Amino acid sequence: MAKHIFMIDKRVANAVEAIKDIPNGVTLMIGGFGLCGIPENCIAAILQKGITDLTCISNNAGVDDFGIGLLLKTKQVKKMISSYVGENAEFERQLLSGELEVELIPQGTLAERVRAGGAGIPAFFTPAGVGTEVAEGKETRVFDGKTYLMERWLRADFSIVKAWKGDTSGNLIYKGTARNFNPMMATSGTVTIAEVEELVEVGELDPNQIHTPGIFVHRIFQGSNYEKRIEQRTISNLKI
Amino acid sequence: MLDKIGIAKRIAQEVRSGMYINLGIGIPTLVANYIPTSMNVVLQSENGLLGIGPFPTEDRVDPDLINAGKQTITMMPGSALFSSADSFGMIRGGKVNLTILGAMEVSENGDIANWKVPGKMVKGMGGAMDLVASAQNIIVAMQHCSKEGASKLLKKCSLPITGLNCVKKIVSDLAVLDVLPTGGFKLLERAPGVSVDQIKNATEGKLIIEGEIPEMNLG
Repeated sequence: MAKHIFMIDKRVANAVEAIKDIPNGVTLMIGGFGLCGIPENCIAAILQKGITDLTCISNNAGVDDFGIGLLLKTKQVKKMISSYVGENAEFERQLLSGELEVELIPQGTLAERVRAGGAGIPAFFTPAGVGTEVAEGKETRVFDGKTYLMERWLRADFSIVKAWKGDTSGNLIYKGTARNFNPMMATSGTVTIAEVEELVEVGELDPNQIHTPGIFVHRIFQGSNYEKRIEQRTISNLKI
Repeated sequence: MLDKIGIAKRIAQEVRSGMYINLGIGIPTLVANYIPTSMNVVLQSENGLLGIGPFPTEDRVDPDLINAGKQTITMMPGSALFSSADSFGMIRGGKVNLTILGAMEVSENGDIANWKVPGKMVKGMGGAMDLVASAQNIIVAMQHCSKEGASKLLKKCSLPITGLNCVKKIVSDLAVLDVLPTGGFKLLERAPGVSVDQIKNATEGKLIIEGEIPEMNLG
């Protein structure tokens, strides 16, 4: 048995440090569902640095003044690959004027394509989209009497994810429905950057509770000033 | 004729104890309010939760806990959280027993169109294509006709398709209908105050009427 096994220290100071080598024109995966579980600090840093010509893979495109919507406003995004983009008027304007390219993908297919990218599976078959315009130009095959559509993996130059807690070796734990696309995106970036609300030393997280093992994460930092904006604040008077 | 709440109440009668259910945005979300408390069901949210609870009180709002419509929610005791890949794994894997969603058009062979109107802003299909391609049972909540009076229960959908041969049942403002595997809308119930002739006139696709058609009982 080795006497000394050191975990790899992946911590960087902050978002500015974490994104400093992202060039123009790359493909970025950005975690989150709506504004829930988005990497707020990294989005702000990309906005400030003015990285442009981005292809963004993200389930949604934020709202006009938050999330990926901020990068759309400044025209840093060349193409969006998403499943639902309905909450953003600036997005709509750019799409209709032809300034922005958009590829819409069924949500489960998007999740699985990202998962496949990280898991080394170049293609798979899914029933979603058979007989629709999503199937145009794609191979179909019949298995056990049902038709399926071949979909390719998705990978990114940089994946940016948000977790609740992480340790310095990149192990991550998510909270609530802020998990969503983050675990798969963490696996399919050539470089994966994780921002967390609480960064702890190695050994402080229970290995039984880790959602994303540190092998997938290359840089990690503790974010600050999380706004966690709510899109639909829905309240009841019911006592639970 | 039924209003949105009437449609939700009637669909709630289709729910059975032990079901895992995915509710779409709009009228389908309202169905949760009318499921009898005696029934044990689990509501699935495709952004990664089994066990959706009521909307939170002001002091329990958690931005890290939302449903697929991005509304703040709570979790029932015994809930489980998971990734979007796991979520659509359980959807494609056929584990979700009942899917309730809205539609712009349904054809007599069960095709559904609900994600795109050409020429208008395209918002995306979200999880609808995955849900309709794999659900064990799909009930559609919809208006029988457009505001201009054109039927939305058609021989063939005119709008871009979301999925083929998948709708099993429709609850509209006028009627409850089964979509038969062999094709055709089989009329099961009339909405209160609606005649069979009204339903005939409002249905462009093949309508199958056998015997007396009872009026819905909304309890």
